[in-house]
Amino acid sequence: MSILIIAEHDNSSLKEITLTTVTAASLIGGDIDVLVVGEGCTGAAEAAALISGVNRVRVADHACYNGQLAENVAALIQSLANDYSHIMAPATANGKSILPRVAAALDVSHFSDIIGVESADTFKRTLYAGNAIATVQSSDNIKVMTVRGTAFALAEKKGSAPVESLTQVHDLGLSAFISEALAVSERPELTSASIVISGGRGMQNGDNFSMLEKVADKLGAAVGASRAAVDAGFVPNDMQVGQTGKIVAPDLYIAVGISGAIQHLAGMKDSKVIVAINKDPDAPIFQIADYGLVADLFDAVPELEQAL
Amino acid sequence: MKILVMVKRVSDPNVTIRVNADNSDVDLNNVKMALNPFCEIAVEEAVRLKEAGIASEIIALSIGSSQSQEQLRTALAIGADRALLIESDTALEPLIVAKLAAKVIEEEQPGLVLLGKQSIDTDNSQTGQMLASITGWSQGTFASKLEINGDKINITREVDSGLQTICLNMPAVVTCDLRLNEPRYASLPNIMKAKRKPLVTKAAEEYGVDLAPRIRTLKVETPNIRQGGEILSSVAELVEKLKTEKGVI
Ligand SMILES: Cc1cc2nc3c(=O)[nH]c(=O)nc-3n(C[C@H](O)[C@H](O)[C@H](O)COP(=O)(O)OP(=O)(O)OC[C@H]3O[C@@H](n4cnc5c(N)ncnc54)[C@H](O)[C@@H]3O)c2cc1C
Ligand SMILES: Nc1ncnc2c1ncn2[C@@H]1O[C@H](COP(=O)(O)O)[C@@H](O)[C@H]1O
Repeated sequence: MSILIIAEHDNSSLKEITLTTVTAASLIGGDIDVLVVGEGCTGAAEAAALISGVNRVRVADHACYNGQLAENVAALIQSLANDYSHIMAPATANGKSILPRVAAALDVSHFSDIIGVESADTFKRTLYAGNAIATVQSSDNIKVMTVRGTAFALAEKKGSAPVESLTQVHDLGLSAFISEALAVSERPELTSASIVISGGRGMQNGDNFSMLEKVADKLGAAVGASRAAVDAGFVPNDMQVGQTGKIVAPDLYIAVGISGAIQHLAGMKDSKVIVAINKDPDAPIFQIADYGLVADLFDAVPELEQAL
Repeated sequence: MKILVMVKRVSDPNVTIRVNADNSDVDLNNVKMALNPFCEIAVEEAVRLKEAGIASEIIALSIGSSQSQEQLRTALAIGADRALLIESDTALEPLIVAKLAAKVIEEEQPGLVLLGKQSIDTDNSQTGQMLASITGWSQGTFASKLEINGDKINITREVDSGLQTICLNMPAVVTCDLRLNEPRYASLPNIMKAKRKPLVTKAAEEYGVDLAPRIRTLKVETPNIRQGGEILSSVAELVEKLKTEKGVI
């Protein structure tokens, strides 16, 4: 068995979610290579070399991989695929975009967002917004899949894998990177934070999210949102937690002015402790919250900030 | 330019799905079905491109049971011109769906294919990417904005850290995210008109694609159900509990 993991990174640094994919891969067993694709990605490659359990880091650093365009990155992975029994990536926007393209190019099926490894060919994943968990088996010679970050622990960073440069250039010329509008925040990342405080439609506008930010800053938390809050333009899309947004599972999740629709629960119900602040005692979020406060958030949130 | 829009019949997003007694699958008996919400966004986008004079014809394609005709009629009512149902009694894997769609693309030669970003039943988010791979076309996933300029299309994508804008050569495959548009409600006259629009049905077997599954579902289980906890009387009590009982702050 040999496994290729596609690293999630921003060229200069490696995203922690890569470490959870390494843990998932180690449950399969076999050699683990990590592929870092980008432009100017030495920093990320060096970080990948430190992951415990990694056999080798392979780096493709070229202008044609700027923005990690799916067409070029998939072509590169396809060219390496024959050395591997498994190709895995974190279930991020990049992973979800690139790996199904790789799978089809190899004429194999693909598992999205696995949450468990049963054996080398059998995995668990969720269906229907987390209301069902399927155990699925692949009969393909190469197994291609994305891995849910919250379902596996972080691998340690005590390794020292060799780093190998790949020189092949796969510039298909089908697409071009234009620009990026990235959220800049001093707070921890939503998907790896140990505390998340999220606001919903009840927040009424974007300015009111500063109340949550103040609490977040005291707790070292990340700030998230429901789809309704994103759709209403209160906050940007990268803050959406849910079935079709980000999946989080922090030690503490505080839902403020969020009703608790199944699509939202799908993104946070594996959190260790859930707190709900909502003025409607019948809001479904209370059915899954460890602690509920039936209160007006405009009173409760400032009070919470004071109490911390 | 022709646009092909792929639409899938799924359970209604407001219904909570349960696992069946023998753990072989979920129980869809008597469950309300709907057009996958992301597909609705894809159809709406195609109709807007036609209204803007960029698209000439919109073909809606669904692959599934004969009941998927309902969802194709919905797509026609929103504004698609004609529909094709590739009928299959068993649910087909994304790879096979993509291969069948690639055959339709060969026949129809669209300039753009629009899909949803994900099916809300299987939560796969694969079909568009696979289709782009099989056709060798460019792909724009999770689009929240698209702009066609001649034979190029600019896509703004919802990515983990914000938004990314890329430029694709046409023909292209684009998967639509929530913020791309707000789908219109089909008006009654349009629903009536949709009944007379052409809807062709073909059997999946007619396309010469290997339909054999690669994936076996061994079992389907109910996840651990979380129990509700306590309703607390004050913020002070909450802070106390989080500190002492749970030790999370
Ligand atoms: C295809 C699809 C995908 C989706 N994906 C997602 C997803 O990924 N993530 C997601 O979150 N949703 C998703 N949704 C939307 C989901 O169904 C709900 O519509 C959404 O989660 C509701 O957001 P909300 O709880 O903020 O708003 P609402 O349901 O409107 O709830 C607002 C809550 O705030 C409370 N409130 C109002 N004012 C106050 C106050 N002053 N003090 C205290 N409480 C107050 C109200 O009592 C209410 O419970 C999706 C839906 C579809 C169809
Ligand atoms: N059986 C199908 N028939 C038509 N379109 C489909 C089918 N399966 C998937 N799609 C399209 O692919 C998108 C993503 O689906 P999926 O890859 O299953 O998450 C959907 O929103 C549809 O546009």
